[in-house]
Amino acid sequence: MKMSVFTLSMLTAAALSLVPARAAESDQEVDARKGALDLAGAFSNDGFKMRDGHWSGSIKPKDHALVAVNLYAGNQYWFSVGATEPAKKIAVNVYDENGKQVVTESYSSGDKAAAGFSPTSSGQYYVWVGLMEGGESSVCLVYSYK
Amino acid sequence: MRGLSAFRKKPARRGVHSAVATFLLAIPPSVRTLAPMNRLRHCALAAFLFGCCAVIGAEPARLPADQLAKAIRSDAISIPTPGELFAALEKPGKPNWIGQYRGPIPTTYRNRAQIALNLGGLIADGFIAVEAQDSQQVKNIGTDIIKLAKALGVSENVLSRGNSINEFAEGSEWDALQEELEATQNEVKSSMQSHRDQDLIILVSVGGWIRGTQVVSAAVMQNYDERSAKVLRQPALVNFIHAKLNDISSDLHDEPLVKEVSDQLGGIEKLVAFPPGKAPTAEDVKKVNEAVGKIMDQIQKKEAK
Repeated sequence: MKMSVFTLSMLTAAALSLVPARAAESDQEVDARKGALDLAGAFSNDGFKMRDGHWSGSIKPKDHALVAVNLYAGNQYWFSVGATEPAKKIAVNVYDENGKQVVTESYSSGDKAAAGFSPTSSGQYYVWVGLMEGGESSVCLVYSYK
Repeated sequence: MRGLSAFRKKPARRGVHSAVATFLLAIPPSVRTLAPMNRLRHCALAAFLFGCCAVIGAEPARLPADQLAKAIRSDAISIPTPGELFAALEKPGKPNWIGQYRGPIPTTYRNRAQIALNLGGLIADGFIAVEAQDSQQVKNIGTDIIKLAKALGVSENVLSRGNSINEFAEGSEWDALQEELEATQNEVKSSMQSHRDQDLIILVSVGGWIRGTQVVSAAVMQNYDERSAKVLRQPALVNFIHAKLNDISSDLHDEPLVKEVSDQLGGIEKLVAFPPGKAPTAEDVKKVNEAVGKIMDQIQKKEAK
C-alpha cells in the first residue's frame, strides 16, 4: 500500500491524540479512530484527501448515530467508520437533506465500513452509522474527498 | 467513482422501515372502521413491526424530519474546510488562483474576536496559495498565521506548525501542505479549547468560510460556469455557523464586529439557499460576493469598531 510518510505521521499523531483536547479520548475511542483512519488511508492512494476532523461516540446494539455533514457538488466523498470490540458488524449509509437515502458504493468488513458517493447538489447530508451486530462499542467516523 | 477497486461493491439496500411503511400503507382504509378489538390488534401488529425494525437495526430508506433535526453537528466534521470548497470549484476547470490573492492584512489586531476571525481567513488564504502552487505565498501566509496564533496565546504545538508549513512549501509538497493547514487550524482550535477560549473556535471557522466563499464567488463571477456556481449552495451550513455564533457568551456576541458578522450571516443564509440541483445565476453569485465581501472588509479592517 502506497502512502506518504506525511500521511502516515498524520495517522499516527491523530491516533495517539497528542493535543490536550483529544487526551480525554478513551483507549477504545483511540482504537476506533485508528480503525477509521486505516480504512480511509486506503482511499488516499486514489487521490482522496482525508479530513483531519472526525466524530467519535458510542453506539448501543441495533442502534445508530446520525451525523450532519455539508458537501459540495462535484467532489467525491468516502465516509469511513471504525469500531472496536465487541462490535461485530457496522454499516454506513448516507441521506440527503430531505432524509432520502442516497445510493452509495459500499464497503463492509466486520468492525469497519465505508460509503462513497458524488453529490450532484451541494448542501447538507447525513451519515448514518449503525451497529448491526455485537455489543455496545466505540465508533469513529472520518471522511475523505477529492 | 474511482477508489473502489480495493473493495467489493454492494448495492444500497432497501431498508426494512421502508418495507414496513409500504406494508402499513397497503392496509385498506376499511381498517379504520374495524371494531375496537380488531383496531387494537392492527395497532399491536404495527407496533410489533416497528419494534422489529428497531431490533433488527436496519437502515431506513427515509429518515423523518425530527430525526434529521437531532443529528449530531460539530465544528470538526460538519463544517467543510476551504480545501474541500476549492477542490469542488476547480472540477470544471482550474480558476485563476493567483488572481484571488488579497494584499497583506494587519497582524497587530488587539481584539481577540477579530484575531480569531482573521486567523480563519488567513488559513483559507493558505489553501488558495497551495492551489496556486506558490511556495513563497504559502510561506508568507504561514508566517502571518503564526503571528496571529501567538497573539491569541496558543500552544507551542501550533507554533511548530509554522516550521512544517515552511518545509513543505520549500519542497513543493502541496498535498502535505493542505493537510498541514487543516491540522494547524485544528491545533489552534484544540488550544483554544484547552485555554477555555471555546467561543473563539467558531470564529475561526466563520472567518475561513467567509474568505473561502468570497474567493469562490469572485472566481465564478470571472468565469461563470453552472457547475462551479453550484458549490455556493450551503444554507444549512450558514444556518449552523449562525446558530453557533448566537450560542457564544453574551460578552463576546455583543462585541460590535461579532454582532455585525452575526447579523449579516442571517441575510447570507437566504442568498445561498438556491433550490437543490439548480445553479445560481451570475447575478445570484454577484449578490453573494458583495455580501461576503462586505463582512470581509469589516473583519480585516485595521481597527474594528
